[in-house]
Amino acid sequence: MIEIAEGCALAGLPPMVRLVLQGRAAALEAAAASLGLEAPPPMLRAVSGAGGTALRLGPFELLVLPASEGWAGLDAALATVPHSLVEVSDRNVGFVLEGARAADILAGLCPLDFALSSFPVGMVTRTLLDKAGAMIWRTGAQAFHIEVWRSFGPYVEGQLREVARGISFSLLAV
Amino acid sequence: MLLIDCPYCGPRAEIEFAYGGEAHIARPAADVSEEEWEAFLYLRDNTKGVLAERWRHAHGCGRFFNALRDTRTDRFHAFYEIGTPRPDVGDAA
Ligand SMILES: [Zn+2]
Repeated sequence: MIEIAEGCALAGLPPMVRLVLQGRAAALEAAAASLGLEAPPPMLRAVSGAGGTALRLGPFELLVLPASEGWAGLDAALATVPHSLVEVSDRNVGFVLEGARAADILAGLCPLDFALSSFPVGMVTRTLLDKAGAMIWRTGAQAFHIEVWRSFGPYVEGQLREVARGISFSLLAV
Repeated sequence: MLLIDCPYCGPRAEIEFAYGGEAHIARPAADVSEEEWEAFLYLRDNTKGVLAERWRHAHGCGRFFNALRDTRTDRFHAFYEIGTPRPDVGDAA
């Protein structure tokens, strides 16, 4: 973790398995069951089970982060249901942004309301971070998991640092 | 900036969306005349008033949906899913 503003740290996440599942209700339900969930998460919510985490990015779409390296169980659970399951592990890079100013830093790059009442823990959505498409997942009151397509990684990291720098200067001026 | 109410994600800023032109334009069968094909591709009503139009939540859920927008005021009157009929909002201004 690197401190980018007072009490706010940014870190790149290690490589991980990422799968995009597209399908109707039956496919999403089969995937949820194989991850150990009672049901697919509602829109814009992430839920974790024994088999991994499901993030509901669209009405017919889940991003699946399996708990283990393989996903044979998920494949088997979907075998008889129409669906599309694509591995996108290397397409994305992930960051963790943590600290008291994390929401303020994101708000400097994105028009969403990051107040806890509007963007609670467990909420996830695709949106824009400055000019790059990004996924933002609130994993704690002051912690966010951010994913962007790999080629946008250095750009988004630079923009996050730039906003953090501005916030640090404004704190100094007080 | 317009505030657009995605039927799946709720209200979001306009920069998350891509515009998709006039809605409810059915693609004709393959054996149509050149004039009918031209009308399908190019001829639009250029409505002054309430227009049904397509939007895509490109930087969000990724889905297309329809909206009723008054082209005189930019006020939205309804947001509805693709495949559902145009809601009746009268001649709302
Ligand atoms: Zn949406």
